[in-house]
Amino acid sequence: MEALLSNVDWSEIGIASWDTLVMVGMSLLFSVLIGLPIGVLLFLFGKRQLLEQPAAYAVLSFVVNVLRSVPFIILLIVMIPFTVMLIGTSLGVAGAIPPLVAGGAPFFARLVETSLREVDRGIIEATQAMGANVRQIIFGALLPEALPGIIAGITVTAITLVSYAAMSGVIGGGGLGDLAIRFGYQRFQTDVMVITVALLVIFVQLLQMAGDRLVLYFSRK
Amino acid sequence: MIVFDQVQKSYQVGGRAIPALHPTSMTIETGEVFGIVGHSGAGKSTLVRLINLLEPPTGGRILVDDENITDYDAAELRAFRRKVGMIFQHFNLLSSKTVADNIAFPMKLAGIYTRSEIRERVEELLARVSLSDHANKYPSQLSGGQKQRVGIARALACRPTILLCDEATSALDPQTTQSVLRLLADINRELGLTIVLITHEMDVVRRVCDRVAVMDAGEVVEMGAVSDVFLHPQHPTTRDFVFESESIDRDELQEDLQKANGRILRLTFRGESTYKPLLGSVARESGVDFSILSGRIDHIKDTPYGQLTLSLVGGDLDVAMNALEAADVHVEVVR
Repeated sequence: MEALLSNVDWSEIGIASWDTLVMVGMSLLFSVLIGLPIGVLLFLFGKRQLLEQPAAYAVLSFVVNVLRSVPFIILLIVMIPFTVMLIGTSLGVAGAIPPLVAGGAPFFARLVETSLREVDRGIIEATQAMGANVRQIIFGALLPEALPGIIAGITVTAITLVSYAAMSGVIGGGGLGDLAIRFGYQRFQTDVMVITVALLVIFVQLLQMAGDRLVLYFSRK
Repeated sequence: MIVFDQVQKSYQVGGRAIPALHPTSMTIETGEVFGIVGHSGAGKSTLVRLINLLEPPTGGRILVDDENITDYDAAELRAFRRKVGMIFQHFNLLSSKTVADNIAFPMKLAGIYTRSEIRERVEELLARVSLSDHANKYPSQLSGGQKQRVGIARALACRPTILLCDEATSALDPQTTQSVLRLLADINRELGLTIVLITHEMDVVRRVCDRVAVMDAGEVVEMGAVSDVFLHPQHPTTRDFVFESESIDRDELQEDLQKANGRILRLTFRGESTYKPLLGSVARESGVDFSILSGRIDHIKDTPYGQLTLSLVGGDLDVAMNALEAADVHVEVVR
């Protein structure tokens, strides 16, 4: 056992794990902050919805679709000049975050739109009948009612971001993916590869479990 | 008072206007329970949603207490809607809020009540609908009848002057329907609230309404006091509803009538005459023999009524009919 893992640099793995956590955490935060309002707008502009706006819906939906249809590995590369402009570098943990958000936010926006559509129309109608304005309908009724669905969406987005973050190792993004590529692939250190994969599996499991618990906690149906 | 002045509504479907409500004029008096009965798709849902402008009309004017609500701007409309409560077939409670928070919700939206005012009012309303023990439960933990009681309490939160009921009892079992209707009747009596109630069950109308409008294919085909409409229906749709509610099979009835001998009369008793031992005395006086072919004794709101179909044989028919009419019984010759 000692011999098998002798060439594993544990401090390197610790740093990489932390980097992955930071990348996923930061990009999840921004994906939610950007994706949530976009999702709400997509819902409101939709057909027969509160602020029906076919043109605005078409534009927003197109942008979201474009970002979602580009394979993430391509998006990583396409985003490089933009990332440099935004934060000065396209390398390391910081450099990975903008492309991760560009991939995560539109994904999350669609999930938000879907979970808002699941809210019973009758509840919107009842809230309107109470004399609520659009802002009150969104914050008082729609978002609280869709909360379990939105939390499930955050979980799915977080897990997607874990695999995207691993991919960003390709362009020197840091984290467990970067480690797996540099040691596991380029130096043929299979043990490092196995450890990074195991850590990623554990990470995803923990995310899913935490998400499921939160959904259950907020579900009143 | 709610006045419909040539109000109409149509929907644009594929560039064509599909009428949902043909031009309609009617008046709903303050403090009455007004029923709108019709089959699904008859336009009654549209009609009730015109009153709080969830559906804006495509023509005509709607006046509530002499104000033209169709002229309201967005802010005026929101203020007006707070004075119009609404309850729904599927309750439409927020599943993410407790019973107490659901009832407090319209008051919070209004933004003109203090926290202690809201708390007091919620407690008062919970007691009013007998749900004080369930304040901190979520709607999913309640039965259908309890959910509708929460719906009613929520609708009353901002002390409305009008209560709209959209098929409020259609998802409930008969017993629960009874108790919800009794609650609505109490509220109407105690608070003097105008209630507009739509339903596809004539029985609901019979129990709580003062007046009724019968709708068919986007038109009001008959309107009047419930006792008149119910006991002497004119329009075929109304007759269907009345027969349905009395579970009378029309073909069977015709068969029974064919088998019967002599004159066939339909007698309608209303109020006190329902309890008088009239038939026996009339039979003795006039010498006619009678047999009862069908009949029903029941209540319209608080007034008892009876409706009997009799076949009469022998004796002096004119004497019998005069005696009945003299005793305030409505006599209709069927055959």
